[in-house]
Amino acid sequence: MSEPILTIRKLSAAFTRGAASPVAVTEDYLARIGALDSKVGAYLTVMRDEALAAAKAAEARYRAGTPRSPVDGAPLAIKDVFCTRGVRTTCGSKILETFVPPYDATIVERLRAAGAIILGKTNMDEFAMGSSTEHSAFQLTRNPWDLTRVPGGSSGGSAAAVAGGLAAGAFGTDTGGSVRQPAAFCGVVGLKPTYGRVSRYGLIAFASSLDHVAPLALDVVDSALLLAATAGHDPLDATSVPAPVPDYVAGLAGDVKGLKVGVPDEYFGAGLDPEIERAVRAAIDVLRDLGAAIERVSLPTTEYGVATYYIVAPAEASSNLARYDGVKYGLRVAGGKDLVDMVSRTRAAGFGAEVKRRIMLGTYALSTGYYDAYYGQAQKVRTLVRREFEAAFARVDLLAAPTTPGVAFRHGEKADPLAMYMNDVYTIPASMTGLPAISIPCGFNASGLPIGLQLIGRALDEPTLLRAAHAYEQATPWRERRPELT
Amino acid sequence: MISRQDVEHVARLSRLALSEAEAERMREQLSGILAYIDKLRALDTAGVEPTSHAVPLVNVMREDEPWPCLGQDEALASAPDRRDAYFRVPRIIED
Repeated sequence: MSEPILTIRKLSAAFTRGAASPVAVTEDYLARIGALDSKVGAYLTVMRDEALAAAKAAEARYRAGTPRSPVDGAPLAIKDVFCTRGVRTTCGSKILETFVPPYDATIVERLRAAGAIILGKTNMDEFAMGSSTEHSAFQLTRNPWDLTRVPGGSSGGSAAAVAGGLAAGAFGTDTGGSVRQPAAFCGVVGLKPTYGRVSRYGLIAFASSLDHVAPLALDVVDSALLLAATAGHDPLDATSVPAPVPDYVAGLAGDVKGLKVGVPDEYFGAGLDPEIERAVRAAIDVLRDLGAAIERVSLPTTEYGVATYYIVAPAEASSNLARYDGVKYGLRVAGGKDLVDMVSRTRAAGFGAEVKRRIMLGTYALSTGYYDAYYGQAQKVRTLVRREFEAAFARVDLLAAPTTPGVAFRHGEKADPLAMYMNDVYTIPASMTGLPAISIPCGFNASGLPIGLQLIGRALDEPTLLRAAHAYEQATPWRERRPELT
Repeated sequence: MISRQDVEHVARLSRLALSEAEAERMREQLSGILAYIDKLRALDTAGVEPTSHAVPLVNVMREDEPWPCLGQDEALASAPDRRDAYFRVPRIIED
């Protein structure tokens, strides 16, 4: 097998020069998946025939000198939360085990139109509810840096695929941190764009006001390329933002001189692993050395973020998941005494424990007598969080913080639901405010596990976010270190 | 704190047929989670407007024009039980 860890930017340049062929590269990735994915468990479905057919078409375009985009021929992995026409889409759940969508999600359609090759569908926490991918109904995914540890979640399959050289890039979804956290755990770049920047059409809904489509990549340039290929207004998603899409790659040029970077005190409190604190503070020093002005800021409502999120997200989920009723698609448990009995038995058999917990929690928070105390209060706290960020961004251009309070943990280590939820403490605020945020590698702990630096920007200001991330990345050696999978 | 009665009521609303053991475990776990979430009550939110959405988009309109949509067979293709052009479900109306 040839050298697998190549960025999309390098692959595309090699295709253009004729130094590499999309078919041969796709065959290499498929061979690596065949040889190594039994260890990693990143993929639920490998789309061999479709991928090879797409690679042949890409190859013909490069030969003719007419590639469609900078991601033409790039072999990608797609989280199994995105509908793919004619290809099983499970959302990590038994209830959708046999579901074959009759249409493509907008991002899948845009990636295909850009010439990208879809290698397959990746494992995830069921309905994207989780932070370890252990809530998949089908298989465990292992972290390529240490196979005894989780890749993070819920987009753990996509992050592990990129880290393990089983895809050149990937897409996941980030609702409370589900792309940034696995990116941090797997030592790759995870970019959550502004809410509405990328269409959610065809993304199986978890919490609609929080769900973001988000790319995972080996470096910041590739993140910009994947965002560029998918961003922009979509009339099929009413929450899609109609703002023009800037040139994200051109925006990477330039430095961070004079950029004001805020460091929120509350992101460095109790519960933060000291090794992560050291790495993140060192990363902030690098930004200062590059010319950024560092300023302390305060976001006092941070400590209420997890509690707020675990009302809002389950409430929305309880409504979104009402559609799984054993009638239109997916599993049906037959033999119920009437319709309601059939629906209740189907849902009991089809959903896993975490999904049931969140449906119950959300239904409770929305039910008569509890609505104001829980859902109503959480929505108001969401306003307080938003105001704090607005006040901070009146003073600074970016915020810098850790992505996660700890490094990748072992399988089974966080059996208590609340302990698992606390993993999202630093990623939830940017989800609730819809602000763009990125996790980039900023070092390793003493055991060689990756650490993520999180940068958060102003709404629709992905250019500044990406430019700062790129400047930091270019000044540091972290992206050169890759896990060894054999 | 959440009672077994609450759990059973919410499970009915949620259309989840929980087993005895599941209902008990759910009561324990939801009690733990709600005890944590109750910290929100400490925050003074008097006069604060709720936020339901991160981006202030309202009343997104479009022209009312015909649009290609899924055919009947495609829409029914994943149905666990169908007859002709319909989804079949257990009887809901008495004879």
